[in-house]
Amino acid sequence: MAITPPRVAIVGAGPAGAFAAACLLRSRGDAAIDLFERLPTPWGLLRGGVAPDHQEIKRLEDTFDQQTLRRGCRFFGNVNVGVDVSHSELMRHYTAVIYATGAQTDKSLGIPGEDLSGSWAASEFVAWYNGHPDYRELDFDLSAERAVVIGNGNVAADLARILTRSGSELERTDIADHALEALQRSRIKEVIMVGRRGPAQAAFTSSELRELGQLEGVDIQVDPDDLELDPVSRQWLTEEGGFTARKNVDFLREFSTRPLHPDARRRIQLRFLRSPVEIRGTDRVEAIDVRRNEIMRADDGSLRARPVDEEVETIECGIVLRSVGYRAVRLPGVPFDERYFVLPNNRGRVLAHDSETMPGVYAVGWIKRGPTGILGTNKRDAEETVSGLVEDLQAGVLRDPEAGREQIDALLAERKPAFVAAEGWRTIHAHELEHGRREQRPRVKLASHEDLLAVAQRPVLPALQT
Amino acid sequence: MTYVIAGSCIKDDSCIEVCPVDCIHPKPGAYDFETVEQLYIDPDVCIDCDACVEACPVDAIFADFELPDKYQYALEVNAEFFLEHSTAERTAV
Repeated sequence: MAITPPRVAIVGAGPAGAFAAACLLRSRGDAAIDLFERLPTPWGLLRGGVAPDHQEIKRLEDTFDQQTLRRGCRFFGNVNVGVDVSHSELMRHYTAVIYATGAQTDKSLGIPGEDLSGSWAASEFVAWYNGHPDYRELDFDLSAERAVVIGNGNVAADLARILTRSGSELERTDIADHALEALQRSRIKEVIMVGRRGPAQAAFTSSELRELGQLEGVDIQVDPDDLELDPVSRQWLTEEGGFTARKNVDFLREFSTRPLHPDARRRIQLRFLRSPVEIRGTDRVEAIDVRRNEIMRADDGSLRARPVDEEVETIECGIVLRSVGYRAVRLPGVPFDERYFVLPNNRGRVLAHDSETMPGVYAVGWIKRGPTGILGTNKRDAEETVSGLVEDLQAGVLRDPEAGREQIDALLAERKPAFVAAEGWRTIHAHELEHGRREQRPRVKLASHEDLLAVAQRPVLPALQT
Repeated sequence: MTYVIAGSCIKDDSCIEVCPVDCIHPKPGAYDFETVEQLYIDPDVCIDCDACVEACPVDAIFADFELPDKYQYALEVNAEFFLEHSTAERTAV
């Protein structure tokens, strides 16, 4: 039974890990928490996912910092759990381990041509423009006039905005320099967004859809015929559809009445009830074939898309971005549910293959519940996981670790001497903000491992401390 | 006057915790909490105390007279949300 203050490792310093650390400190002020992160920088998708033109949301990093690192959580950046340190080693050094590793890859469409050059997963494009160091070398060819975005959610909306905003708008953000340069040279004139289901079922939040209709110099086009709701959708919208779905349909109706402006720089076209069936091209993407769908009510009550006929429409384009959802990957040393792509768990307590609870192992965020919800969803999710952990501590289910804090420090010093501690992250942070101040941008990101690690090793200059 | 939540809300529920008059909805556990895209302030109930402004980690809450141009729409949207279910209905036990 654990009697000394609990020592907890959180694997993944994204929003779920940060909310979990903050929540644990609120209920157990005596907990000693170490945040392990594969990258040299913390806050996961807040830094690497949230679009650069949504800076206001990035302010959440101050709260994360105040509630975790400033309250004594240690940061072990540039440490890959499963490679540099194993799960069983963590279990030997900590009272509990919380996995907050998120969903690192994309769902696939499962259609021919998906692997053609010029067909990209949304996560690759997002990581590239947000300066994720593993993605900086990707070469997005933006020389064609038309891009197709598959998907109708907020990530798809982010892609459409980033592809259509002007260079001068983008250069006021913290978009990665390599992406800024490529987007300033982009010849894309039109972005077609393709949604499998109808306008009433589009997954955009209404504030993202509103924003698509307000981009400067960008026309938005919706075919009024696509807005003729079928009887199933019409009934669903009046009887079950929420506030957002009704607002979305209102916005789309308004978009469909807008005239096109001959002097518009770019255009976004929203297409509904279309499923991609093949991405075509000899060496690279030249076109995408889509088929018409209709909405039906499935046995479980949900509204699904099903093909109307075999007729195929070909949309010529030079690049396809697939934004149909994220997917988690298996982690070394812990069980994985291959059907739902999560760590099998009961309210955050990780379950072994025989469905017995694995004492001391927990999950939070997308690796626990799947890739759904928005940033704040992770707060309630973290509360659930942490309350399980605190109960287990009180019930005496958890044991004191065999090895102490000095031993994990020694292990890391040996295995990963270039790990980035909180001070190193602060140096990176101050460096990026200072560079940003000079260029009148919110931040200029260091976007390569070498640069991040080099700056992290420098002493923090008092003048740069924030 | 009233306070207003803009579309940059991340559904962190810190504002709900500090609101002294329970005018921010939906609350965690409400039937529509998981499906709404943001939280809303009921202008008929808000007492302009500004506790929520302090609590919001992404500065998504504004006094109506200080609402930036790009968030002007939020004034109507916040009020409109309560036309379907008022705060009185939502807080009835």
